[in-house]
Amino acid sequence: MKDPTEVCCLGVESTADDFGVGISTLKGEILANASSGYIPEEGGIHPREAARHHAEVADTVLREALSKAGIKPRDLALIAFSQGPGLGPCLRTGATVARALAAYLNVPLVGVNHSVAHIEIGKLETGAVDPVTLYVSGGNTLVSAFDSGRYRVFGETLDIALGNCLDVFAREAGLKHKRGMPLGAALEKLAANGEKLISLPYVVKGMDISLSGLLTAATTLLRKGECRLEDLCYSLQETAFSMVTEVTERALAHTEKKEVLLTGGVAANRRLQSMLGIIAEEHNARFNVVPREFATDNGAMIAWTGVLAYTHGAVTPVEESFVKLRWRLDRVDVPWVK
Amino acid sequence: MGEVASQTLLKKGAEASLYLAAWHEKRVVIKARLPKKYRPAELDEKIRGYRTVHEPQLMHEAKKAGVPTPTIFLVDVKNAAITMEFVEGKQVKQLLGNISKKERQELCVKIGELIGKMHKHGVIHGDLTTSNMILGVEGKIFLVDFGLGEKNAELEARGVDLHLMKRALQSTHYQFAEECFEAVMKGYSAVLGAEEAGKVLEKIREIDRRGRYVAERREEA
Repeated sequence: MKDPTEVCCLGVESTADDFGVGISTLKGEILANASSGYIPEEGGIHPREAARHHAEVADTVLREALSKAGIKPRDLALIAFSQGPGLGPCLRTGATVARALAAYLNVPLVGVNHSVAHIEIGKLETGAVDPVTLYVSGGNTLVSAFDSGRYRVFGETLDIALGNCLDVFAREAGLKHKRGMPLGAALEKLAANGEKLISLPYVVKGMDISLSGLLTAATTLLRKGECRLEDLCYSLQETAFSMVTEVTERALAHTEKKEVLLTGGVAANRRLQSMLGIIAEEHNARFNVVPREFATDNGAMIAWTGVLAYTHGAVTPVEESFVKLRWRLDRVDVPWVK
Repeated sequence: MGEVASQTLLKKGAEASLYLAAWHEKRVVIKARLPKKYRPAELDEKIRGYRTVHEPQLMHEAKKAGVPTPTIFLVDVKNAAITMEFVEGKQVKQLLGNISKKERQELCVKIGELIGKMHKHGVIHGDLTTSNMILGVEGKIFLVDFGLGEKNAELEARGVDLHLMKRALQSTHYQFAEECFEAVMKGYSAVLGAEEAGKVLEKIREIDRRGRYVAERREEA
């Protein structure tokens, strides 16, 4: 049970297929992290369908979070929400919930950058202070490190995100997204039984990477039907992960930081974890990986980042709370990082 | 490499280790691409082998285009090691923040000219960062680290190359990234002509937009 003198921040996450509500104390104790994921019948995320799902489950997820945290709505001192980047209809649904809550409770509203939140929850949960971060998910693939007031982007994908690349391939291969078993996890399982490394395009451009050619090559081979699916999954993972690991190592050597943080949905992949662990060790850096619960999109990271922003003077008046679909990480001031 | 008398580690980079050594009474740099344990051995060998063979070729091509690069003395494909001239000077990365605005402009225009010469000759550097540029003691700017380069004269490749330059300036020299990139493009344009440079600039904008979450940049453009 929470200390009654302690006030809390509630965070709403709804950038893509997950609707999440998390509750954090001002000290960064996560009291609840509830969520509900939209699983499409077929194909990828349909933004409008996902938004409809979010609207339908919002009250249930909210209740679940409040009950898990053991608090009443009036214990909330602050409402934070994911203001971007993400899918418009999904973001707007979350923002609407957040605005309504803030207005009803008469507490301040804080718009949070989703990418910043992935880094902050990683730092909170692992104790990392000033890491080179590899943030990999269905919508994002970037290498970032803090410098002079902002998280700078050192490398990123020039086209599609790593999680997107893996998901599309998995769907092409007929894998199904099940509850508790995302497509990436199904692919990882198959890859573990791969034996033969099939040559696929390896595209590193400076600290950036390109994954679209790799995806096309892998799906073309898949359709030809001449390779074992396990070998293709293995080769796709090895090639794509080697690329992101190479650019992370470049950023690590460039910035000379002493910590590496792996965050975002794809951070749950063991093979990727082991690759990054190796480069961290080679550069005498401490390797940190966000716990699985906080790897995928979640409300707790929004709540915690909301606390950080609010305690450093940020509030978002309702008239400025419009969602920002393409809000880049390196456009956000993070005055709480020194 | 029996001729190498002694070698000291200059820099342990991400991709390779640089050693300072003496070779036939010359000061040389040995760039060794050590095996990367994180990726499968066969992939690793392919990547290291490919880059070790291509880097000297591209450096030679760049030199032909009038771009100073260290002279290559020895290529050891088996050990993925390249022995090359040691260039005395300072990394542009270290310089850029410690010189006057005028000097910075001049330096960046010169860098742009070099990139222009290289592109005109069909060479793509592949990793245009200020760490890979050395201002030599005689005032010449040397380009190094062609490991990610390629022979390519297409607009797309030129655009990506300069896009990387722009990104490197934004992440490492954000205080004057814009003025520096403008100066780079000025030098580039002086070599390739305004029309060609304009096309490349338009391509860079297109590449920016292809990336993720770049609406603000789109508005600026």
